[in-house]
Amino acid sequence: MENVSQGQRNSYRTGPNEHGFFGQFGGRFVAETLMPLILDLEQAYEDAKADPEFHAALKHLMTQYGGRPSPLYFAERLTEHLGGAKIYFKRDELNHTGSHKINNCLGQILLARRMGKTRIIAETGAGQHGVAVATVCARFGLPCEIYMGKTDVERQKPNMVRMHLLGAKVNAVTSGAMTLKDAMNEALRDWVANVHDTYYLIGTAAGPHPYPEIVRDFQSVIGEETRQQMMDVEGRLPDSLVACIGGGSNAIGLFHPFLDDKDIKIYGVEAGGHGIDQHNGHAASMSGGAPGVLHGNRTYLLQDAEGQIMEGHSISAGLDYPGVGPEHSWLRDSGRVEYVPITDTEALDAFQLCSKLEGIIPALEPSHALAWVCKLAPKLAKDHLLVMNLCGRGDKDVFAVADHLGMDI
Amino acid sequence: MTIQQTRIDRRFQALKNEGRGGLVTFVTAGDPDPETAAQILAGLPAAGADIIELGMPFSDPMADGPAIQASSLRALKAGQTMRRTLEMVRAFRQSDPDTPIVLMGYYNPIFVYPAEAFLDDAAAVGVDGLIVVDVPPEADNELCLPAMKRGLSFIRLATPTTDAKRLPAVLQNTSGFVYYVSIAGITGTAAPVVNDVQSQVARIKSSTPLPVVVGFGVKSPDQVRALSEGADGVVVGSALVRAIEDSLGANGQATDKTASAVLDLVKHLSTALRP
Repeated sequence: MENVSQGQRNSYRTGPNEHGFFGQFGGRFVAETLMPLILDLEQAYEDAKADPEFHAALKHLMTQYGGRPSPLYFAERLTEHLGGAKIYFKRDELNHTGSHKINNCLGQILLARRMGKTRIIAETGAGQHGVAVATVCARFGLPCEIYMGKTDVERQKPNMVRMHLLGAKVNAVTSGAMTLKDAMNEALRDWVANVHDTYYLIGTAAGPHPYPEIVRDFQSVIGEETRQQMMDVEGRLPDSLVACIGGGSNAIGLFHPFLDDKDIKIYGVEAGGHGIDQHNGHAASMSGGAPGVLHGNRTYLLQDAEGQIMEGHSISAGLDYPGVGPEHSWLRDSGRVEYVPITDTEALDAFQLCSKLEGIIPALEPSHALAWVCKLAPKLAKDHLLVMNLCGRGDKDVFAVADHLGMDI
Repeated sequence: MTIQQTRIDRRFQALKNEGRGGLVTFVTAGDPDPETAAQILAGLPAAGADIIELGMPFSDPMADGPAIQASSLRALKAGQTMRRTLEMVRAFRQSDPDTPIVLMGYYNPIFVYPAEAFLDDAAAVGVDGLIVVDVPPEADNELCLPAMKRGLSFIRLATPTTDAKRLPAVLQNTSGFVYYVSIAGITGTAAPVVNDVQSQVARIKSSTPLPVVVGFGVKSPDQVRALSEGADGVVVGSALVRAIEDSLGANGQATDKTASAVLDLVKHLSTALRP
């Protein structure tokens, strides 16, 4: 496994290599029609990275429009309740549009404009990315079409309404399992047919190179702020980090700036659904899948012995994706990050606990991270500093949760 | 490397001698069920197919339109596996030593087979070439070069977005023939614009000695005739699997009309290329 850390074995932060690989994971496995575009995008991103004006414009938007920096909040009552580690929430649910997704969208919309693209498409699962895309498209006056699985349209009604209000066209996808993977298939099909003017704004740190790198870089603001804020508040770096993983964009954003701080324990929390021993009953591609190639990259996938992709299941529409960003697959195999599954029930319990103890209704996605914190924190010393990425708020989930809990409203 | 002519080379040579373009037919292995699919495959050469593309079904065919997506799912539902697809080719080869078979599909089912064993088995059962939609030239060392080592042609798609800068990379390790995708889009949707296609095919042919076939969005004999001008063959796929779909019974099962529906359409289309 030549690659990333060639000659720099002391760093986990140098990937991907020039072909887009993190070890054996990643790459550019796309149809030929898309190859020239992917290569153009790579070049445009390299140019943007080297342009101080691009960074200045992005910083301005992140601050004035996105609401950054997000606070690093000491969750005092939760800490007391669990009786162990000192728990901090990175409050990315306070961003404009209600999740970390806006960080990436602001970056990519500037990139799309640099490239002269006049139409934006995107996929969405829970609808958080769809809302963020619709938002930046409204802000910059660009037409936008969002692909969303029909199953997700039904369980994420509020986000559906938001996208419509923002002026986006939402296409309910009825192929396959009608969830996120199928939405991504349809977005790719749209892109192939509209390559001349269309920018595909991928929402997670997956897809063909350079997307995993682009999304990670735009999300790394989460980890960079956390570093600074922790130094300001505690005078030292945290001892452990926890984030949930669907495709893994919020997690890689928090983790990446800390990967070379070897004493920091890092946990990625996957959607264990009904349990990872249940056939096709979970969405934990790293805990219960195998390497394969889908949507432009090689990564851990939920698949059967024939290499057919499985649908997966999670209570959270944002986590039930059968793949995961390739950098996570590499961090798993290299042992730098520990990936653990959390079940639907555990996530629901954590959702309620956070609402009642901290007065914060979290999204179901970070509720998975929180459930792992609930398991982990009591075993840790009181001076152990733990940061969890509270990457989205739960407004979109309240009806679904009420349903699960049998609440009569 | 090999001096020996392949089945694909011989077929294009024969077509050249006949002074006509070839009809390349795509059907999905195992669609709508293993028996009917075998019957269709066996009947294709007599119906007028010069080269057969056999789809390896995949759950997530990202470059395909609704007709081939549905075809793939029908085959998977009927229990198709990669081993069955290879067995189908083996059975076909016992009665037809001449018609080239190209397996077409996506990388993941090959990757998990795993790839080297797949290539060994494919070569052993009499497969002639591979079209793997999501493995670009940048990843040639993964599949293309190992396939060539086993005498399998690795057929590359060139598309309307393959500009002069990109074309050499696409052609570099391509063998057998080049498949020109006539539209920027997915299979079985928009109809190609004949004049544009002809100039693109001419451009590609000036850069390679390989035969060039044209596909995507072809459904009628008139289109077949027009697109074959200047090209070495025309591919029909979605129209054939749609004929399968339209012939199924209310329960989605094959009827006694299914095989003939496909084969009759192939006959009809092939008249466009024959005197």
